[in-house]
Amino acid sequence: MSTKHKIDLYALTWRLPIILWQLIFFVGPVVFMIAISFFVVKNYRMTEAFEFVNWQRMLTRGYFWDSYWYTLFIASLSAAIAMMLAFPAAWALAFRASENLRRWAVFLLIIPFFTSYLVRTFSWYVILAESGVLNAMLGYVGLGPFKMLNTHFGTVVGYLTLTLPLAVILQTVTMANIDKTLVEAARNLGCKPLSTIWRVVLPLSKTGFVVTALFCFILAFGDFVAPFYLGGSQEPTLPILILDTTKSGQQWPRAAVVAIMMMLTLFAVAFTAIMLAYRKPKGAR
Amino acid sequence: MHGRGLNIILGVYVALIFTFVFAPIFFSLVFSFNSQRFPTIPLGEFSTEWYAKILSDPDIWQAVRNSVIVSTTTAILATTLGFCTAYTDFRYNFRFKGPYLALILLPPTIPLIIMALAMLAWLSRLGLSGQLWSIIMAHSVLTAPFAMAIIRLRLHQMDPDLEAAAWNLGGTEWQAMRHVIVPFCMPAIISSLCLTAAVSFDEFAVAWFVSGLNKTVPIVILEIVQGNIDPQVNAIGTFVFLTSISLVVAAQVIFISRQIKSHS
Repeated sequence: MSTKHKIDLYALTWRLPIILWQLIFFVGPVVFMIAISFFVVKNYRMTEAFEFVNWQRMLTRGYFWDSYWYTLFIASLSAAIAMMLAFPAAWALAFRASENLRRWAVFLLIIPFFTSYLVRTFSWYVILAESGVLNAMLGYVGLGPFKMLNTHFGTVVGYLTLTLPLAVILQTVTMANIDKTLVEAARNLGCKPLSTIWRVVLPLSKTGFVVTALFCFILAFGDFVAPFYLGGSQEPTLPILILDTTKSGQQWPRAAVVAIMMMLTLFAVAFTAIMLAYRKPKGAR
Repeated sequence: MHGRGLNIILGVYVALIFTFVFAPIFFSLVFSFNSQRFPTIPLGEFSTEWYAKILSDPDIWQAVRNSVIVSTTTAILATTLGFCTAYTDFRYNFRFKGPYLALILLPPTIPLIIMALAMLAWLSRLGLSGQLWSIIMAHSVLTAPFAMAIIRLRLHQMDPDLEAAAWNLGGTEWQAMRHVIVPFCMPAIISSLCLTAAVSFDEFAVAWFVSGLNKTVPIVILEIVQGNIDPQVNAIGTFVFLTSISLVVAAQVIFISRQIKSHS
């Protein structure tokens, strides 16, 4: 190995590519996006400036804040639903299934994560439509038809398509890694099953669960497809706002303001979540 | 609360969750062979009309070509970048290693719509937007972390002494890389090529923003869906699913089978 002062060509070969690449194509774009939020648009052209006019425009508008709180609400709600729906399945896979079965389940659940979300959303569109598959099925047992498209329900179904497989995988892996003897000890000492989940399993999986919920929230918060196609975008979420502002109005600076507000919110949520996840429980040393 | 009864209930529940997850994939496949313009049950007649339609559409062929170019190039770029970073993380300790790793691992935590806007603004400024390689640049940033993670996982299984042994036997660092590290990482490298290609193949938000008039397959889907209900999407969807599912399954099989081998 080379000495301290000589330039280590070998080490640099492996270290430098990503630094250069990410500076140009990751840090560059993000920093530039912050910069353009201060630019002004004159005659449909963006000109360099340092003015707060875009910030003022967006943050004093009711529709921005309506959209902001709606997005925050629906993303949190769907993250909570994903966590709750995933739990019994993950619990079963972690504690009741054989190791082989568990591996297969995780293997299968990874597949949708890498397959076209757009096509899956379109498929939901057809399933949930007024005369679609689900209503036809419900019709056979004398129910419905229900209006499922262009509702909050539609939006949440879309979000769950994105988040539920992830929630099941991460929860399963988290609980499968718990020391089983602790769970058995609780049971042997007379702890009821539900009480074992509440007092042993959940506290031991806290970090993993908080991180899982955080991922679900981030995915839903940033998705424009579900609220647009399944929710009918009657209440535009922030991603839809970015899309509309960028695509139709050429108002990149205002879209940048929305994007920065989203990022700040995500940082705040992620920071709170991670603090929660790593906070020691009361009485622990 | 314990015993068979509970197991049955849980089994049914797990099956329901899987049904929810796979229902859209299943119905997309079924409806792609269904004659109805607005598909529902009871199903219409068996028909390959939608496939005939997409196969005779030159725009779709162009989109497929574009997608293949983008995802292949992205996979090679991202895997190269990921390999360099994974090896650096495995081999070296240095100041600012935290920020260094954050640089590669952060992009997937930022919503795609934000990356799309940022990339569009930045690449237009540099005069690089509206091209196929605009998508490639953006996608390599988004997928390099996956490559890094997979290869790092593999390196984690390697005995660090292996590399040192190669040096002691008189090999240079470059030779050790070529004859020890790269062969050891090969399954992970192939997995990573498959997975990053799959991610790039399906990504539409960033691609749609920066591509200008060069459409990839997901962008074509997006545009068809915006118009109206058109079962062509299901037919395209079947191809898209088949492509990405084969890539993902190949990646997992290659990676997992090696893992089992190296454990036994």
